[in-house]
Amino acid sequence: MEQADLSAVWLTLKLATVVTVLLLAIGTPLAWWLARTRSALKGVVGAVVALPLVLPPTVIGFYLLVAMGPNGPLGHLTQQLGLGLLPFTFPGLVVGSVFYSLPFVVQPIQNAFAAIGERPLEVAATLRASPWDTFWSVALPLARPGLISGAILGFAHTVGEFGIVLMIGGNIPDQTRVVAVQIYDHVEALEYAEAHWLAGGMVLFGFVVLLALNSLNPARRQTP
Amino acid sequence: MSGEIQARFCVERGEFKLDMDLTLPERGISALFGHSGSGKTTCLRAMAGLERAPGGYFAIGDEVWQDEARDFFVPPHQRALGVVFQEASLFPHLSVHGNMEFGQKRVQKHAPAGERRFALAEVAELLGIAQLLERAPGQLSGGERQRVAIARALLSAPKILLMDEPLAALDLQRKLEILPYLERLHRELSIPVVYVSHAPDEVARLADHLVLLEQGRVVASGPLKQVLSRIDLPAAFALFADDAGVVIEAQVAEHEADDLTRLEFGGGQIFVSRRSEPVGTPLRCRVHARDVSLTLVPPMLSSILNCVAATVVDLAPTDTPGHVLIRLDVAGEPLLARITRRSAEKLEIRAGLALRAQIKSVALLG
Repeated sequence: MEQADLSAVWLTLKLATVVTVLLLAIGTPLAWWLARTRSALKGVVGAVVALPLVLPPTVIGFYLLVAMGPNGPLGHLTQQLGLGLLPFTFPGLVVGSVFYSLPFVVQPIQNAFAAIGERPLEVAATLRASPWDTFWSVALPLARPGLISGAILGFAHTVGEFGIVLMIGGNIPDQTRVVAVQIYDHVEALEYAEAHWLAGGMVLFGFVVLLALNSLNPARRQTP
Repeated sequence: MSGEIQARFCVERGEFKLDMDLTLPERGISALFGHSGSGKTTCLRAMAGLERAPGGYFAIGDEVWQDEARDFFVPPHQRALGVVFQEASLFPHLSVHGNMEFGQKRVQKHAPAGERRFALAEVAELLGIAQLLERAPGQLSGGERQRVAIARALLSAPKILLMDEPLAALDLQRKLEILPYLERLHRELSIPVVYVSHAPDEVARLADHLVLLEQGRVVASGPLKQVLSRIDLPAAFALFADDAGVVIEAQVAEHEADDLTRLEFGGGQIFVSRRSEPVGTPLRCRVHARDVSLTLVPPMLSSILNCVAATVVDLAPTDTPGHVLIRLDVAGEPLLARITRRSAEKLEIRAGLALRAQIKSVALLG
């Protein structure tokens, strides 16, 4: 493998790690709210979160590009904060990926929270745990399988994305050129041997991820 | 400790309506008894603060936890109470010890540090779970889990213990395994217990105070013996089926040579098959109204051993037209007899009549 491939791999792992951490930080409270709220907004928020599941990545990429551009609302905001413009930068790629992978993280966590049911939370309350305390000491530990699935899915999905990267990231070495784009470049240049290395690696990675998820899934949770 | 318990709740949810105003004693076990849908669980949840009822009021002594008239409501995690649910609901991610510590740790954050390990060991001993502390909840039997749940609730230093059908999910074997522990708690702890149940035998065995609930209303509330001996309560009969009867609190007086044990109670003495308890042990027994027959003259030769002098207080019809229910006074202790209307007429049963009550059988509780 040449230097460019290695740096694409490194960039991809960095992107996926940053995105996964952000997704857990954003997705967990969001999933908690979605699992517990009786608000009328639940349906709307749920639909917005799930939108990336049904839209082609290019559509999301396109709108994000417009929003983050010099005349978009996000672009205005980042410029005012002195961050410059996000398209075709690594932070821009992170923002796009967070949005795109959100449902893959929120849904397993939301399901895990919903599966806990009301009772353990009520028990915690009668044992003097405040709602905040209960969230950390009961809800999170009980939802652990969901959190792990969410993190794995979010990570894997970010590693594998292509459309959004092309739309808002472009193809800048060490900035936005991730493995999926690098493979595309190799194929375009008819460098099939190099493409094989990376593509084969992705297949292996995907297989390992699914294997890991499967070993988690029969989540042996006792319900005494 | 803290004085009597005042509870006033009014909940309306579609068809279901709860409207009650209760005063419960500050000590002992108060049983809320009723069919499913009678509102007993809702009442318990309202006491715990898990449900907020408009217009509700709940206080233990001078400590008020809810007073909607002043828009005052203490959330459950700030109430010094323990709840035991029908399913033990142990936290599966914690060991038995971790479960027991859960409430204890949080209470101690606010209270001065005391001999906490002693208290945990003591409670574990009291409930017979000392050897289970390192186990995971999944490795316990149903009865053990429920005992851990009770211990966990006790360790959070409650001023009141609320139990929502704690035995209903268990088979008979497990029930019999737990009941002695509940009796032990009853004897050794001074905190009041509100015990929701629809099982007459549990109520007869454990309760000191009985509240009968029907369709969200309090039908009767008072000391167990008094409520059980009321004959004006069609609801009580419906609840206890044709099981009407009183509970007698007796004491083992003597083990006799011919394998009988003599029990003494306020109204006299009764003989039962030999018991293993030592002399002086308190024993509860239940005397069903259908097992009591009446005679005007003292029986000279009868196979029925237990015969006490009684006075008729009043009588009432039963749910079967051929029978009447008679309330008797046995030296201050209430007793019920269920006899045919024909017999009642033949004996000219009326209030104030002195006669003999023959007790055919006595069910010992425990």
